[in-house]
Amino acid sequence: MPNSQKSSSNALKKKTIDSQSFQMFFVLIGMCVIMTILYPPFIRMANLINVIRQISITAIIGMGVTMCIITTGIDLSSGSVVALAGVVAASFGKGDYPLILPIILALIAGAACGFINGSLSAYGKIPPFIATLGMMSIARGAALIYSDGRPITGLSDAFNFIGGGYILGIPMPVIIMIIVGIIMYVLLNHTKFGKYVYAIGGNQRAAVASGINVKKYLVIIYTLASVLAALAGIILAARLNAGQPTAGVSYELDAIASSVIGGTSLTGGIGTIPGVIIGALIIGVLTNGLVLLGVSPYIQTILKGVIIIAAVLIDALRRNRG
Amino acid sequence: MEQEYLLEMTGISKRFPGVQALDSVGLKVRKGTVHALVGENGAGKSTLMNILIGLLKPDCGTIKFDGEIVDFNSVSDALSAGIAMVHQELNPVPYMTVAENIFLGKEICYKNGLVNDKAMQEETSRLLEQLGVFIDPASKMLELSTAYMQIVEIAKAISYNAKLIIMDEPTSAITEDEVEQLFKIIRLLRERGVSVIYITHKMDEIFTIADDVTIFRDGHFIDSFPISEATEENIIRLMVGRELTQLFPKENIPTDEVVLEIKGFADSKFKNVSFKLHKGEILGLAGLIGAGRTEVIESLFGLRPRDAGEIYIKGQKVEINSPVDAINCGIGLLTEDRKLSGLFLPLSVEDNITVVNIDAYIKTGLLSHKRMSEDCERMVKLLNIKTPSLSQIVSNLSGGNQQKVIIARWLLPDSDILIMDEPTRGIDVGAKAEIHKLMSDLAKQGKAIIMISSELPEILGMSDRIVVMHEGVVTGELTRDEATQENVMKLATGSK
Ligand SMILES: Nc1ncnc2c1ncn2[C@@H]1O[C@H](COP(=O)(O)OP(=O)(O)OP(=O)(O)O)[C@@H](O)[C@H]1O
Ligand SMILES: [Mg+2]
Repeated sequence: MPNSQKSSSNALKKKTIDSQSFQMFFVLIGMCVIMTILYPPFIRMANLINVIRQISITAIIGMGVTMCIITTGIDLSSGSVVALAGVVAASFGKGDYPLILPIILALIAGAACGFINGSLSAYGKIPPFIATLGMMSIARGAALIYSDGRPITGLSDAFNFIGGGYILGIPMPVIIMIIVGIIMYVLLNHTKFGKYVYAIGGNQRAAVASGINVKKYLVIIYTLASVLAALAGIILAARLNAGQPTAGVSYELDAIASSVIGGTSLTGGIGTIPGVIIGALIIGVLTNGLVLLGVSPYIQTILKGVIIIAAVLIDALRRNRG
Repeated sequence: MEQEYLLEMTGISKRFPGVQALDSVGLKVRKGTVHALVGENGAGKSTLMNILIGLLKPDCGTIKFDGEIVDFNSVSDALSAGIAMVHQELNPVPYMTVAENIFLGKEICYKNGLVNDKAMQEETSRLLEQLGVFIDPASKMLELSTAYMQIVEIAKAISYNAKLIIMDEPTSAITEDEVEQLFKIIRLLRERGVSVIYITHKMDEIFTIADDVTIFRDGHFIDSFPISEATEENIIRLMVGRELTQLFPKENIPTDEVVLEIKGFADSKFKNVSFKLHKGEILGLAGLIGAGRTEVIESLFGLRPRDAGEIYIKGQKVEINSPVDAINCGIGLLTEDRKLSGLFLPLSVEDNITVVNIDAYIKTGLLSHKRMSEDCERMVKLLNIKTPSLSQIVSNLSGGNQQKVIIARWLLPDSDILIMDEPTRGIDVGAKAEIHKLMSDLAKQGKAIIMISSELPEILGMSDRIVVMHEGVVTGELTRDEATQENVMKLATGSK
C-alpha cells in the first residue's frame, strides 16, 4: 500500500521546471561557448572569476529589486542607496572603530530609505515607481551632503578587504553574493515570508482576503531591498577604497535588467533568485566578451538594450502561444 | 443532408502539457437552435469554445461554419464571421464605463473620428433594458457586483448581432429573475435564426431552454441528442459515468449555542442587519442580486469598513477590522469572485491551497514542503480536483477546478465559522453533491456555516435557517420547515 500511495504522490509532485530561467541558463551557456570560440582566453578561470566578481554587486541589488518586482512594484532608489551606504560606511571605516560599526551603520541607513519607500507605497498609497523615484533623488542628495560632495578616502585595510580580498582564491564580493543568494533563495522558497511575497504579487486583493497583512509585508520587502542595496554599497566603497557620493549611478537599471532577463514578470507573482543571478551573468558575460573583442563601448550599450528586450520578448511569445 | 448545420466541428484534439484536454471530439449545431454543451469540470467545454473562436489552436480537426471550412486566427476573425462569446471568466476593463466595455473594439464614432459617448450610452441602456436590468451605462465596471458584470458581458455578446452566440456558464452569478430575462432574449434570438451554444452545470436550465444537448466527459465526446429524448438522470449518468445519489443531503443537527451574532450592521449598502448563527448550523442568506448580502459578510470579515454594527463571537464582543482579525477569530470567507479576490493566478495549485493555512507548516522558521503537499494531495483527492500536478499554475485549470482550489484553501485551516459566498459557482453536479455533503459533515462536526447562493434550490436544500434580505434590509427569517420557494421569493422581492 505505501508503495502505490508513493507513486501517486510522485505523479502529483512532478515539478514543472521554471522554464524562463531554464531557457536563460542555456542562453548563458551558449554565449560562453560562442565567446570561447571567438576568443579562447575568455574561458580562463581568472577571467570567469573576474566576470562573476563584476556582476556580484548588480546581482545583490537585483535580488532585492526582484522581490519588489514580484509584488508588482519596483525600486528605483537602489543606485542612490549604494552611494549613501558607501559614504556612511567609509566615514566610519578608517580604522578608528571596529569593522562591524561602519557595516551596521550603512545597513541602517539603507534600511531607513527602504522603510520610507515601503511605508509611502503601502500606507501612503503612492505607487512604488514614484515613491522610489523620489527616494532616488533624496538618497543621492543625502550622500552628497554627508560627504560634502567629496569622496571619503583613507579606509582601513580590513575595510578594503570586503571589496578586494580573497578567501581560497575567491573574491570577497563573490562570496558575499553567494551567501546572500542562498539566504534569499531560502527566504523566498521555504518561508512564510516568501510565500506571501508571491501571493501579494499574484493577486493583492486575494492576499488581503486570505488574511495577509499586505501593508506590513510591503514595508518589510522594501526595507530588505534597500538593505541589500546598502550591502552592495559597502562592497563597492571597499572596492574603490573610497566612499563616493557619485557612485552607483544607474545601478538600479542594471539590477532591474538582470531581474527581467532572469524571468521576473512585471505583472507580478513570478521571479526567482537563480533567475536574477543568471540575468546578471548574461549581462556580465556580454560586457566582458565585447570588451575582450574590442567592440566599441557605444555598440556595447546598444547590444545590452537588445538583450533586455529580446529576453522579455521571448518570454512574452512563449506565454502567448496557445 | 437532412438537417442544416450552422456549425460542424469534427475530430478536434487539443493537448496541454500533462493533459489531453480534448480527444477527437465533435459538435454539430443546427441553425436557429439552442445547443447545450455539458460535462464535468475539466471535461473540455471551454477549451473547445476557445478553439472555435480562434483563441486556441487545435492540434487537429476541422471546423465548418455557415457552409465553409474556417480557421480563425483571432477573436476578431471569429467575430467578423459572426461568432460571439460570453466567457466563463469575466473580463471587464475595470476603469472604463459599462458603455465603453460593451462597445470595446466597435466604438460608435462621430464623423470626425471622436467617440460618441452619448450614442453608446443610449444603445447600452437599450440593450440592458432588454435584459430587464437597470444599470447606469456611465458607471465604472469596477463599481458593479459580479452579477451585474455578468449581465454586461451577456449584453456585450448580444450587441454583435452574431449568427452564433456562445454562452459559457452565463448564469453562474445571477439569480432566477435575470435568468428568466436571459431566456426570453435567447428565445427571441432563436426565432431570428441565431444559434446559441449554452454551457451550464444547471440541469433545469438545459430542459428549459435547450433544443439539443451534447455531452463530454474527460475530453471525449460521449453523446448528442435532442432534448426531447433526454431525461435528467440520463444526462447526469452520461456526464459522470455513474449514478448519482441524493443532491441535498443536509442532516438536521440543531443546537442552541450561538457562535456568532451580528447586531445593527449599517453602511451605505445595508441597514440594521442583525442575525445569529448557531453551532452545527448552515445559515442561508437569500436575496436578489443587489440585496447587500455580499456586502454584509465582507463587512463582517473586515474587508469593507462599515458605519455601525457589533460582532459577538460565543457571546464575546470582538473587533474585526481586517481579514487578519477575522481569521484570528476563527472565521473563514470564501469570496464571491474567484478571479478578482480569490485566485493567485500565476501561482501553483499548492501555493493557492496552502496560503491561509501557512502557519501550520512552519517548522523552526522554515516551511515543511512535505506536509504542505500531503495536505494538498488530500484536498485534491477529497474534492476531485483535476490537475496534472500540484505545481500546475492555477490559471491553467478549468473554471470549476479553480473554484475547488479555493474551497480547499478554506477547508484546510479548520475555521469554526465558515462563510461561503456562492461556493458551488461553476461546479459540476457530481462535485456539487460532494461539496454539499462536505458542508453537511462540517456542520455535524460542530462548525457553523453561512452560505450565500443565487440558486434557490441550493439555499432551500442546504439551510437549517434562511435569512432573507431585500435592498439592504433583512425582510425575514425562515426555518427549514417554513421555507418554500414562494415565501423566500416574497421576502426577497420585498412584497408583503
Ligand atoms: N492553458 C492551459 N494549460 C494547461 N491545461 C489547460 C489549459 N486550459 C485548460 N487546461 C486543462 O484542460 C482541461 C479542460 O479544461 P476546460 O477549461 O476546457 O474544462 P471545462 O469543461 O470548461 O470545465 P469547467 O466546467 O470547470 O469550466 C482541464 O483539465 C484543464 O486543466
Ligand atoms: Mg469551462
